[in-house]
Amino acid sequence: MRKLIVICLFIIAYNSYGQTKKPAAKQVPAHPGKKVYEEYCLSCHQEDGMGVPGMNPPISKTEWVSGDKTRLIKIVVNGLTAPIQINGESFHNPMPSHDFLTDQQIANVLTYIRNNFGNKYSAIKPEEVKAARAGK
Amino acid sequence: MKKSFFNCLTAILVSIFILGIYPVKAQKTLKPDANNGGIKVPQGFGALQVVPKLGRARHIAIDQTGNIFVKLSVLKDGKGIYILRDTDGDGKADDIKGFGNYIGTGIAIGNGYLYSASDSSVYRYPLTKTGVDTSKMEIIVASVPYSTNHPAKSITLDNEGKLYMNIGAPSNACQEKDRVKGSPGMDPCPLLENYGGIWQFDANKQGQREADGTRFATGLRNCVALEWDSYSKQLFAVQHGRDQLDMLFPNMYTHEQNAELPAEEFFMLKKGSDCGWPYCYYDQFQKKLIQSPEYGGDGKKADLCEGKELPIMAFPGHWAPNDLLFYHGNQFPEKYKNGAFICFHGSWNRAPLKQAGYFVAFIPFKDGKPSGDWEVFAEGFAGGPEIKSPNDAKHRPMGLAEGPDGSLYITDSVDGTVWRVIYKGTK
Repeated sequence: MRKLIVICLFIIAYNSYGQTKKPAAKQVPAHPGKKVYEEYCLSCHQEDGMGVPGMNPPISKTEWVSGDKTRLIKIVVNGLTAPIQINGESFHNPMPSHDFLTDQQIANVLTYIRNNFGNKYSAIKPEEVKAARAGK
Repeated sequence: MKKSFFNCLTAILVSIFILGIYPVKAQKTLKPDANNGGIKVPQGFGALQVVPKLGRARHIAIDQTGNIFVKLSVLKDGKGIYILRDTDGDGKADDIKGFGNYIGTGIAIGNGYLYSASDSSVYRYPLTKTGVDTSKMEIIVASVPYSTNHPAKSITLDNEGKLYMNIGAPSNACQEKDRVKGSPGMDPCPLLENYGGIWQFDANKQGQREADGTRFATGLRNCVALEWDSYSKQLFAVQHGRDQLDMLFPNMYTHEQNAELPAEEFFMLKKGSDCGWPYCYYDQFQKKLIQSPEYGGDGKKADLCEGKELPIMAFPGHWAPNDLLFYHGNQFPEKYKNGAFICFHGSWNRAPLKQAGYFVAFIPFKDGKPSGDWEVFAEGFAGGPEIKSPNDAKHRPMGLAEGPDGSLYITDSVDGTVWRVIYKGTK
């Protein structure tokens, strides 16, 4: 019986060690929007968020990202086919619709974008995505 | 006696001038810039900047007197075409003027005219001693289908009065919803009716619409590099292959595979050629055409690829071949004669891996076919050993032309530097 208690204690100790170890190894956990960005956005908007000249627009320090949240959410949900102009340069590649992403994923990725690439703007909440989607 | 000697000398000088040997002689006085104007060329060659910062340059054409015409993708001082002239023979443009209030890519010279394409039409102007006569402009092709997606209309002229034009497909892979994950490929792809091919027009007839032309070759996603080779009398093109295999099919393709696939394909086009887009792409590792995943492909299957044109050469993916030139000059060593230069604008869709391309390649040709592998000819445009994003590139090689003395000219799409590459070694 004593042996069993020792084994149980050992298992509990081992498990709790494993639990405390994991977050420590990761240090600062990545923003949940980063994974979405890397999977769906990076190939066009690039790792530095600067886009591709003449093709895919930058998402760094632009009014399209800093401005009207509803407009920004709708671009992710519906896509954008009309060329847009940023600092006198027009960008031609169409932005595909990402309506298959969840409200939470869109909120995460837009919050990530609005707080990276030289941007510092408020977060976007899943409720705001839900409202913008309903209003499309 | 003395008089006849001078008469004879004058006659020789005049005939040298008339025979056009003069430009070659002028070339001998040219000096490459220090550091070859910022690019690297093979041993024996040198380069100089004809002009820096002309604007967002696209294709380039040069007439027999050496006048240079450069197309821009963004108007500069309201003009979309610039004429560069070197009046003192030092290789540097000293007379620069613009005309044409439209942007575009394609530009070509033939039959005493400059042909220039907007993203929807082709105009032509008679050549003059100092440029063109804009008052005699004619519209040769009008209002072909235009989309902002793959809008570049590259053009080339054959020896028999025909004009060829790239009409790129406004799509990545002809999905119902372009570039949307999970959206199926449209079958048949309706875009191929009016896009996704090379159209042939009469180079001397005004006001032609797309329907007046002939769809010369189809199944071509977008061929910014398009060239008639006057030596082999064949039409060649290099295709921009499709993007985003990894993003659209993450279970089938890794980022590493997407960085290399599909190949950028170099085609010799025959009338009626079908090069496979969007149903097939070329896999340079398996050395065969592969059915696109949007059309039921599994990365191996090729059922839909029967009878599709095979490339004469395949390059790694996403390098963006933006111009093609067959070298017919006598200035460069013999191995370059009738060979092909391809301008790789440089990738963006290799991300998250580092980018590639951003150089000018040379491919030796014999009897109208590649006779050896490609090699790097001019590089260093981007200005760094590693390019993570296209925005890091200082310059991107965009257009190619051969001068009357056999010099090779290269344009840059970032700020519009134009380089002239000359051969200084002994042949």
